[in-house]
Formats: sequence, C-alpha cells, structure tokens
Amino acid sequence: MDVRFKVGADAISLDETGLKFDINDFDAWAVEAALQLREKNAGSEVTAISLGPDVVQETIRKALSMGADRGVQLKADKVPFDGLAIATALAAELKTGGYDLILFGKMSPDSSNGVVGPMTAELLALPCVTAISSLAIEGGKGTAKRELEGAQEIVEFQLPAVLTVDEGLNTARYPSLKGIMAAKKKPLDVKPAQLPTPQVTVRKLELPPERKAGRIIGEGATAVPELIRLLQSEAKVL
Amino acid sequence: MANVFAFVESRGSELRKVGLEAVTAARTLADDSGGGEVHAMVLGPTGIAGKAQQIAQYGADVMLVVEHADLANYSPEVATATAAERIKAGGYRGAIFSTSAQGRDLAPRVAARLGVSVVTDVLSFEVDGEAIIVRHPINIGKVIATLAISGKPAVIAMRPNVISPAQNAKAGRVENVPPAIDPKSARVIVKETKQGTSGKLDLAEAPVVIAGGRGLKVAENFKLVEELAAAFGNAAVGATRAVTDDGWRPHSDQIGQTGRLVSPELYIAVGISGAVQHLAGMRTSKTIVAINKDKDAPIFKIADYGLVGDVFEIIPALTAAVREAKKHH
Amino acid sequence: MATDFYDIDSALSEEERAVRDTIRAFVDEEVLPIIGDCYIEGRFPKELVPKMAELGMFGANLPEEYGCAGLNNVSYGLIMQELERGDSGVRSFASVQGALVMYPIFAFGSEEQKRHYLPKMASGEIIGCFGLTEPDYGSNPSGMITRAREQKDGSWVLNGAKMWITNGSTAQVAIVWAKTGDEKSDKSIRGFVVPTDAPGFSAKDQKGKLSLRASDTSELVLQDVKVPATALLPKSGGIKSPLMCLTQARYGIAWGAMGAAMACYEEALAYAGNRVMFGRPIGGFQLQQQRLADMLTELVKGQLLALHVGRLKDAGTFLPQQVSLAKRNNVSVATDIAREARRLLGANGILAEYASMRHMANLESVYTYEGTHDIHTLILGQAVTGLSAFEN
Repeated sequence: MDVRFKVGADAISLDETGLKFDINDFDAWAVEAALQLREKNAGSEVTAISLGPDVVQETIRKALSMGADRGVQLKADKVPFDGLAIATALAAELKTGGYDLILFGKMSPDSSNGVVGPMTAELLALPCVTAISSLAIEGGKGTAKRELEGAQEIVEFQLPAVLTVDEGLNTARYPSLKGIMAAKKKPLDVKPAQLPTPQVTVRKLELPPERKAGRIIGEGATAVPELIRLLQSEAKVL
Repeated sequence: MANVFAFVESRGSELRKVGLEAVTAARTLADDSGGGEVHAMVLGPTGIAGKAQQIAQYGADVMLVVEHADLANYSPEVATATAAERIKAGGYRGAIFSTSAQGRDLAPRVAARLGVSVVTDVLSFEVDGEAIIVRHPINIGKVIATLAISGKPAVIAMRPNVISPAQNAKAGRVENVPPAIDPKSARVIVKETKQGTSGKLDLAEAPVVIAGGRGLKVAENFKLVEELAAAFGNAAVGATRAVTDDGWRPHSDQIGQTGRLVSPELYIAVGISGAVQHLAGMRTSKTIVAINKDKDAPIFKIADYGLVGDVFEIIPALTAAVREAKKHH
Repeated sequence: MATDFYDIDSALSEEERAVRDTIRAFVDEEVLPIIGDCYIEGRFPKELVPKMAELGMFGANLPEEYGCAGLNNVSYGLIMQELERGDSGVRSFASVQGALVMYPIFAFGSEEQKRHYLPKMASGEIIGCFGLTEPDYGSNPSGMITRAREQKDGSWVLNGAKMWITNGSTAQVAIVWAKTGDEKSDKSIRGFVVPTDAPGFSAKDQKGKLSLRASDTSELVLQDVKVPATALLPKSGGIKSPLMCLTQARYGIAWGAMGAAMACYEEALAYAGNRVMFGRPIGGFQLQQQRLADMLTELVKGQLLALHVGRLKDAGTFLPQQVSLAKRNNVSVATDIAREARRLLGANGILAEYASMRHMANLESVYTYEGTHDIHTLILGQAVTGLSAFEN
C-alpha cells in the first residue's frame, strides 16, 4: 500500500491522521529469530520491548501473538529522532534483564536511520553484529553472515550479544488466532521511558519534489533508436 | 577553525570509493567551519600504509594509518575503539563516515562511545553556528528531514554517491596509530570476507543501474540484463524482491523498501511492474527508463521514458545500440 | 491496508483487527498467487488446509477447551471476509468445516463426541461435510427423503442421497440429516456423524461447474449405511437443528460476500487509476466514477450490516431473521459489485489474471446456497407480516 505522508502544521512532524501503525518487516524478522531460538533452547523466554506512546502496545501485542512471552512498553509521548536518546532509554531497561541475546531490526522505516541497535550495544558494552542474514548459535558462541556491497562477511561472536536483523534471515510467522487470544493474557509492563535531552532535533520536514511526468516513447525494438537519442540529447546520461 | 575526522573505508588492502567521498565531505566541512585540518583514518593489513598517500589527494592533511597483520578483515571492535579514542583526543568538529554496510555498523558505535548521536544516509550538510544541519530522508525517502545536530563532534554518515571524491591535494603526513585494542581480543571477529560474483561496481556507486524483475520469466534470463550492463561498462545489476525471494539473485542485489536504496544517473527497469515496495528503492534516480510488455504497469507512471513491448526483443536491441553509441565516444 | 472509507476499523477491537490482519496476510501470500489457476483447473487447494488449521481458522468461534480459538463472532466474521476476498470456494471450505460440521457436533453432540471430534477438526486432521440438501429437496429441506431406521441393537441404517455437498469427496465424516420416523413430518429429522468410509457410503464429485470451481462439490449416496448408536447427535431433533447450523454459516457468508465485494472494488479502483484511454486514466470519466461510487456505497452499507449483526450475535440477542437480512442483502449487492467491477475492467476483466469475474461467477453459487435469495425474501416476509408465503 502506497502511503502518502503529509507534513503537519508545525512543519516538524508528520500529520498522523489516518495513518495506521504496524510492526515493520525488520522487527518482525527479529521477533521470528527470537522465537526460533527459544524453540531450540528449552526454558528460554522472549521479551518484546518497544519505546513510544500507547499505540506501540499493539506492536508489542503483535509480538506476543506471534509467541513472545512478555512485553514491556517504555512509555514516551513521542519517539524522538535521536537514536542515542532511544538507545539510552533502552539500555537503562535492558541492563538488568540478564538477556543472552538482544535482537533489533536493522532499521526502522520511520527514522530510516538504523542506529539504535549498535548504539544500545555500545551503551551496554556488549558485542554486536549488525545486519545479519544468517545465524547459528552453539554453546555460548554465535556465527552470522552479513551482506556487504558485492561480498559477504562471516562473523563469529560471543554471547551475550546484540544482533540487528536484515532481510533473508527468516520469514516471520503469522500470529495464529490462538496466539492473538493468548496475547491478551500475557504480561505487558508499562514504564516511563528515561529519555535524555536529544542532541538531534528536527528543524523541518518536507516532501521531496514530485518527479516530472514521463512518457511512453514507443513500442518494441523499433523504439530503441529513439531511446538512445533521448538518453544522449535530453537526459544526457549516455 | 576546526579539524574534521574522516573514516576511510577499506576492504582488505584496497580503499573503497565511499571512503574517498568521506574525505571530500570532511574537507568541505572543515573549509566551511573556518578552515581546519582533515584527519583521515584507515585500517588495514600490512600494506595498507602504501595506499594511504592516495587519501591526501582528496584533501586529507593527516592520514591516521592503523596497520596490523590481523586487520585483513573488518574488525568492528578495533575500528570502534581506535576511531573513538582518536576522535575524543582530537577535539574534532565533525566525524564523517559513509552509509555503507560497514559505515552503518561503525558510525553508530563510535558515536555512542563518544556520547553523541549520529545521522546516517545524509544527503547534504551545512554549518549553522554551533549546530550542523543535515538533510536525511525518512520514511524510506517519502519525506526529507532537515535535522540539527548539536553534539560535538557531529557524527555524520554520508549517503554513497552524493559527494564525488574531489581532487584537492594536501601535503598529507602519515601518522601510524596502533589499534586501540588487540585485534585477537575482540569479542566479534570477522573470519572471512567472501567476494561475491557480482561485478566490481556496487549498486550504490554505479552511475547506471539495470534491474530485472519477474518479467524475465526465469533466472537464466538475467543474462540479458548482465549483457546490457556490460555494454554500458559502468553499470551494476539489481533485482526486485520478487526475484530475490525466489532465489534468482542474492538478497544484496535487491532494490527496494527492505533492500538497497539507489540513486544512479540512469536506472533501467527491465520486466518490472513497479510495485510500491520496489519504487521506494529507486525513485530518486535521475533518469528512469522502463521496459515492460504491459502498458498499464505502474512503473510507467514513474519512468521518464517507457518502452512497451517484449523484453526479449527490446533488451538485445538496446544492448547492441548502447555498444554502438559507446564506440563513438 | 485496504479501503476503509467509513473507518470501520475504529469500530473493531485491536484483537479483531489482529485477526483480520493475520488472515489477510495469509490470503495475500498463500491463496491469491495460486487461486486463479486452481479455479481454472477446478481444484480446491487442499494443500492449504494444514496451514489454515494451524492458524486456527476452523471453528474459530468455538471454545478453547475443544481446541478451538475461542474468538467472538465479529472475529469469526472477519475471518470469513478475508478468506472470501481470496475466493468463495476457500471460504466455503472453512464455513462448512466450522459452521456446518464442528458447530452441530458442538451444539447437538454428546460430551464424548465433542471431545473426540472437535480438536481433530480444529487441527484439520478430520475434514467434514454437511449432508442436508437432496437432489429434489433444496429450498425445502423439510421434504427430505433420506431415512434413518433404528435397529434392535440401537444402531441405525441410513438410506438416501444428498447433493451439492461441499467437501463431500474429501471428508472423513459427513453430518447427515435424516428422518427417523414419519416421512411426511420434519419433526423426526435427526443428525448423524457418518464416517465416509462406511460400507454403502459413496461420494462423487459433481463435474461441469461454472461457479465455485476451486471447491469440491459432491453427491453423496447412502445405501444401507450402518452406523452405531454413538453416531447419533443426541441433542438434535427436528428441522430446527440443521437450520440452526445454516444460520451460523449464513452469518459468516454475510461477511464473506463483503470480502469478495472488497476484492472486486479494489481491483476496479486500482485498474481505473492505471488504465489510460483517450489520453487519461479511465477513473476520470463520469460513468466509471459512478460505478465506483455505487460499489463503494453498497460495500460500506454491507460491511456495517454485517458488523452490527455480529455485535448482536456476540450479545446473544440476535435473531436468525436478522442473519437472513444480512445474507440476502450482502450477497446480492456483492454480485452487483463483482459484475460492475468486471465491466469496468473491460476486456481484461474476462481473464483469470483478474479476480472480478471469478468472484462474479462464485457469487452466483453463494446467492443460491445457504438459502437462496428468494427464500430469505420469504423468511423476512413472514417475519414482518406473520404470514407464511412458503406453501399452500
């Protein structure tokens, strides 16, 4: 679905009228990875944590309905753009959790910044591997693959660790109907987010300029010479 | 007057183009901040020092060379510790990285260690008194945010290919910097960097990107796209999520909302219908050409030039025409 | 996310929206890519059944203690809506399994029957079918001639034929309704859980369908089929029993029809935005806008109708006649919406690549089954006048 965004009257936030919020793909793959690890390691527990206003409870409950055991909402009126602020609040919560693995999606489409995972890892002084597309955990150690530009890294790391998840790691399961019912009964703690003053603030939001309308220049191979001519003379890219 | 730090990405013993973009950006920031030095750090195995002099060509006054036998592969913990230590000691106004896979891994860690924030995928920056103002696309590029960074240093990761490495030769003295931690002691170790089968040019760097989709019918037909890319000589080959999900092409070739965002001079979409998911990844390309047999395919709404017809007829004809056109230059 | 012109989402609970979203994702990813081909081949995509069961779609509004999801009726309706956005044949499978097989066992069965069958039916391990309609007794099930004669040892022998039975040829059990006493009276009708591998029981697919092709539709023949006393649904009795099952199914169909209508409307809307003729998208021409406006209006009305009857059902205050009104209206307007969408799509609209004509053809079956449109007309007529127009 092609969402059209509108900038709000204050010019520094989006107009949220009519916008529906949902878990993003990267986070869904991270939840799936956690659930698969729990299935392989009896006695494990998966906690789903999100920072933001009450609407994030629905996203946490989506994770619960997929199978996570409990949820935590770090409540904040607005999610700041500043990744360090978010990471600071998350680290404060995660510090005492005794987690063996902390999984993030590689990037949130909203901020499109992709920094909260590795920043949280730094604040917790934990090993971190970002953008993993494959994962194996054995006896306190892990192996992961990362996609680079035209290459792949094979990485080994120790637990406890922070991982951020990229596409290709898995396919997120649908919440089953029983899972949706069960989610209502699972604990979801709400705590205030301890957000520091942000160091990055929004000065302005604007929509990118619309592309000029294009045209169909012809049909079949006979249109190729015209295309070449346009690429050379008009677009000047050839 | 302020000095600016630049991180020059390398792979093995080779510098990457995005690393030189970071140096050029740092040079601009230093000049805009009343003049100052650019200090560029590069890590690598034995022999990387020999490459360091190149960096001076792009405006670096000092090259901070971290050469160590155990740095044949990227080491996130060594790079983080060494860069952060130096940045802290150096009192830099800004620290510029690239928004490459490595830059996305490194820049946030360094920033967190320094107690400052970071903005990635930066399109442009300018100095505004004590703040540095950057433009950064949010919501997968549907909205452009202008952000003010108040922390010092301002940690910025540039979008690849928006800055062209510019010749600006400086004397460039080399400073050898030891790794801040023993590479063998790192808790995260890259065991191997496997070079892929795709060509040398990366999707984010190539001036021309040719992407194939379901309209190619089977994986083998990607050969047509590769031949067209070869005819251009400066093109990289991309793919839609549909064909990467089906395993025709590696995930790293996927252009789209959950894949790579590219912004080449010329983007040619072959047999791609134009799902919203895909458009998100290439919508900012300067010129878009679409070739599809369905004249109502949504891709034609975004294409500057559309050709309707059989891709198996059109692409070979286009390949031959491009070869011919290139010959006369 | 789809059209929600009246923000009906705001009238749904988070849980109901989550149910809707999960079934929608399943349909988008697993049903839509194959269903056009299945329809042309005349094949029900049986391979989807385990996944549907795993998600909890069968008997979703029956209690958790029997292995079911324990959802409310609005959620059940949303499941039917989303399945039928995919195809009426797929939704029919779920309707039969849940409302016409699991429900009668739940409502009329012994505790033992419930505990034996319901969890296995929820998991898809046992597929069932519902044998009420006969070759000569469709709109008038009270006239059925299938007979069940009690034997001295308490077992029963069944004889008769049933027709237009969804899942008939793939089911392991059939809920067969038969007269146990006076042929002329419907008071002796009772329900039996008949294993389809019982000697004398046969099922044969009906061929040559031009509607509901992605669905198994069969004839059942029972020739001296012997079943033990434990096969009888003890609490069943009279025509009321199968009618109660039909009410459950009809409720789901009122939602399902809107799902098909949504799929057609959205397909037409998208097409109208892309298809260029006379130099601009056809969505800019007045006649197409009128089509779209009319479709949208009926869609919104139908959705609100289904939602309200769902809330009444959840409150326990609903009447079967209210379900009749919703089924009658929603299926009728859905057939119109599908046809208009088909027309807006022009020549492309006759291809299986587009969903509208498949929905249009399917909805003709939905118009006819579970009480034809005309029968529901008479049900409503009787409800408001007190006078029966059914027979002399």
